Amino acid sequence: MAEEMSRKPYVREMTSEWIFRHPRYLRYMTREFSCLFIGGWTLMMVWGLKQLAAGPEAWASYLEWLKSPASIAFHVIALAFATYHSVTWFNLTPKALPLQLGEDFVPDAAISGAHFAAWAVLSAAVLYLAGAF
Amino acid sequence: MAISSKPIVWGPFAAGGTVTAFVTPVLIVLTLLAALGHAPDLLAYDRLHALAGHWFVKLAIVGVVFLSLWSCAHRLRITLYDLGVRADILVATVLYAATIAATAASVLYLARI
Repeated sequence: MAEEMSRKPYVREMTSEWIFRHPRYLRYMTREFSCLFIGGWTLMMVWGLKQLAAGPEAWASYLEWLKSPASIAFHVIALAFATYHSVTWFNLTPKALPLQLGEDFVPDAAISGAHFAAWAVLSAAVLYLAGAF
Repeated sequence: MAISSKPIVWGPFAAGGTVTAFVTPVLIVLTLLAALGHAPDLLAYDRLHALAGHWFVKLAIVGVVFLSLWSCAHRLRITLYDLGVRADILVATVLYAATIAATAASVLYLARI
């Protein structure tokens, strides 16, 4: 009896084809795929720490490896994805951190704008302190 | 109210997303310059070794590594689910474990500097 009553649940088949159905979905996935490049670069940095700890020769070989064409290509793509992540993240800050002053909410543009400004100042400071210019 | 582990997973994701938004692009520019043969002074062995020898800098590096990798792991987990991978518990375990392993490795390397 119980067997007759039991039903086989319908499991809707899930494919990744939906990504291409609308540009908005594609932009969403582009943002989400930034994690592969940010994570990949971070792992590369952890490997750099290993080489730095191993001494000057190991560090020199790491810097030499960075100059390979594959590494240059990876850096260029990773920089584009990382920047896209930053832009989307800061654009969302008014949703994550709505700020109320008295009766009114601070305009969205002011909140995300403050983040963009802080990002620009921080990036310039890091480049300056690192001796990049 | 049921106790949920969601804040523990989501908290480092949000923190990591913020950290990577602020610092990752400029750090990539530094290694990109090195890749193009114009390594900034900071990446010279003596200077970087001395900087990474400071306990506060070590703490900051470990923090950035952990938060960056955690947010990437979490995002990749959600993305794989969106792409139709339904083995979420397995995916989550592998990705979070890899994050913790890489963070532990960076602690080990920094301890030698």
